[in-house]
Amino acid sequence: MSNIFFWRKKREEEKADVNQEGSPSTTQDLVAAALPKRNSRAGIRSIFSKIKFDLDSLEKLEEILIQADFGLTTAEAIVLEVKKLAKAQGAQSEVELKVILAGVIRDQLATGNRELNLTSGKLPYVILVVGVNGVGKTTTIGKLATWLMQANMKVVLGAADTFRAAAVDQLSTWANRAGVKLVGPNSEGQDPASVAFEAVEYAVKSEADVVIIDTAGRLQNKTDLMDELSKIRRVIEKQAEIAEVLLVLDATTGQNGLVQARAFAEAISVTGIALTKLDGSAKGGIVVAIQNELSIPIKLVGTGEGVEDFAFFDPEEFASGLVA
Amino acid sequence: MFGNLSDRLAETFKALRGKGRLSAADIDGTLREIRKALLEADVALEVVKNFISAIRDRALGDEVSASLNPAQQVVQIVNEELIGILGGEARKLRYGKVSPTVIMLAGLQGSGKTTLAGKLARWLKNEGENPLLVAADLQRPNAVDQLKVLGEKVSVEVYSPEVGSGVGDPVKVAKDSIAYARSKGNTVVIVDTAGRLGVDQEMMQQAKEIRGAIKPDETLFVIDAMLGQDAVNVAKAFEDGVGISAVVLTKLDGDARGGAALSVASVTGKPIIFSSTGEGLDAFEPFYPDRMASRILDMGDILTLIEQAQKQFDEQSALEMAEKLAKDSFTLEDFLDQMQQLRKMGSLKSMLAMMPGAGQMRAQLDNLDEKDIDRTEAIIRSMTPVERNNPKVLNGSRRTRIARGSGMSVTDVNSLVNRFEQAAKMMKTVAKGGTPQVPGMPAGIGSVVPRKKAKDKKKSGSKSGNPAKRALQEQAKRDGGSLPASGAGSAFGIGN
Repeated sequence: MSNIFFWRKKREEEKADVNQEGSPSTTQDLVAAALPKRNSRAGIRSIFSKIKFDLDSLEKLEEILIQADFGLTTAEAIVLEVKKLAKAQGAQSEVELKVILAGVIRDQLATGNRELNLTSGKLPYVILVVGVNGVGKTTTIGKLATWLMQANMKVVLGAADTFRAAAVDQLSTWANRAGVKLVGPNSEGQDPASVAFEAVEYAVKSEADVVIIDTAGRLQNKTDLMDELSKIRRVIEKQAEIAEVLLVLDATTGQNGLVQARAFAEAISVTGIALTKLDGSAKGGIVVAIQNELSIPIKLVGTGEGVEDFAFFDPEEFASGLVA
Repeated sequence: MFGNLSDRLAETFKALRGKGRLSAADIDGTLREIRKALLEADVALEVVKNFISAIRDRALGDEVSASLNPAQQVVQIVNEELIGILGGEARKLRYGKVSPTVIMLAGLQGSGKTTLAGKLARWLKNEGENPLLVAADLQRPNAVDQLKVLGEKVSVEVYSPEVGSGVGDPVKVAKDSIAYARSKGNTVVIVDTAGRLGVDQEMMQQAKEIRGAIKPDETLFVIDAMLGQDAVNVAKAFEDGVGISAVVLTKLDGDARGGAALSVASVTGKPIIFSSTGEGLDAFEPFYPDRMASRILDMGDILTLIEQAQKQFDEQSALEMAEKLAKDSFTLEDFLDQMQQLRKMGSLKSMLAMMPGAGQMRAQLDNLDEKDIDRTEAIIRSMTPVERNNPKVLNGSRRTRIARGSGMSVTDVNSLVNRFEQAAKMMKTVAKGGTPQVPGMPAGIGSVVPRKKAKDKKKSGSKSGNPAKRALQEQAKRDGGSLPASGAGSAFGIGN
């Protein structure tokens, strides 16, 4: 059984006996087993759709990687590494080279803990979702909520995007679809931090397992809006620990993705990235630079507008999908 | 990380300075830097390649070798070509021959179509039109509601027969809206459509059907300034799948360099006609190709700056100034004179904003008080000619008199005199071929800029105790200061 039931039970017991001792160990396998698995490969298209890959075209690799938004510096580094390994292993064939390339990309992405932090036992797990405008925050939350519901978790959504027209309605539609409770603003334009506070407050009172807070899209160079995030964080932390701060990143974003990640990481200590819109022709190569520079793991990927269209990020799948 | 393009080009140009002709190798070095800058700005690779080769052809031509300063000429060519691709003269919105004019919006998810629809409606209303908004995005949950709210805010009617969120036929809604607009006497119809991926055949087909049903006078392709290399694929897909007539660039208030604009304009050959620059409904303006070119190159409006400086600083006075500086006879009188020369070129704020790398200091620029220059002028004007020419005579009683005369405090007078002395010292260094101590600041300006700036200057002047860090700081200083240091006489180092 999922550990969530264990923690719920523990919360009950703690209430009955505040002095209860002992902290039972838990493993992450419990979560993975209890929640439906998703394949992240579906959305990824190969970067080699138009070109043959062999020793001669190794020179072209840099350009191919640039076209996948890896960025100049990262592309150069990867090409160097692939060349080195190819030489060392005497790799010649397309298959061998692709294995090497996939390995290099995978290794760049494989560091850090990519599990959602749903294991600490400190219920409710607060997930704060942030990002620039139009990346798919609300949609990601809708999918995530549905998925958590399928695993029998009790979920609350906090609609703290009180800025964009009808953003609350949009989240509310998702909440209805998923059958979860939505805590929204009482009045138009209510301070987002106070909505976040009320959502977490409700989650604590109603003994929810997870509360996901949606925030307004903000461009990272708007200092005031970035400061607002810190405020949201502070008021949430008055009641519960924040389990995850997910930065939603649009896979079509170019080099500005790194700038976004830097700014959000600085403002609100991002713990993971949700890479959306991978079902398009974009490859989202900028995540490699982000992982390298900021060590923020990619945790989720979005692959469509349907409620099921998301998955946990798997570097192996991602890398082999890219070079397939 | 990378310095901006102008810093790097300055480095490349150092080797070129004094050369009458550029060799092919010189040009290649410069073009390599430009290629990097364009890629970092997310201009699509194939576009960069074509672009660079066009520049190389022009740069190797007579046009460059005959010019006085070939290096700057290369940048000028790059800029011209960029503006050329981005559309040269901004095109205006095309109205239909018969009312209502039909405008269809199309683009990827999250590019900002719905928000743009609201802004466009507001703008059209201010232009004297009577627009109708049409909610044909029936896909995204509550997109219809969002458009309704926007319509209310800008007081424009929204045609929304379907609730959306997956319910309803967008083709029918779009088609019916035209008849509705006609019956209501609307002069423009703005059709908001669902976001769609270029690879989604079904959705692209639907967009085509909408277009066929309403025969728009403008099909605006809405793209996000943060879009990466995929811009070419997306643009091709929309051009082939839907057929677009012009492009709108959104989220330009972010700090993305916006290379996608160049990719899309170049691949589709369609002009960018509007840009969206903020969340407010009035943050909407015509697209300016020249500004975008500078933004992509991250070089500020350095060219405009060069032009203005050349126009305003006459050579003779620049030479005189150079002599004075070298001879250490730079006085407050000259200081005042220079300040007025600067002013002739426009507001200091706009001047500074044109400096390369100004992107990072935009926030500080907003705090800059132009009045500080007036105050400085007032203080100098309250001095006698003797005092202006020889600040050393300024004793306590003279300073009190000056303070009273200019309506400032003695502290203000003191601080001006101090700043002047520093500036004179700095300029002397420059005149002798050294590097000024103010990173990224033209020699003349650093000293005139108000107190806030002076504080900044002091901060950046402090050295780290950590030797490695200090070396870095000094490196940064050298790099930053290299551009203004090119010529001795003028405050901008370009009076050559």
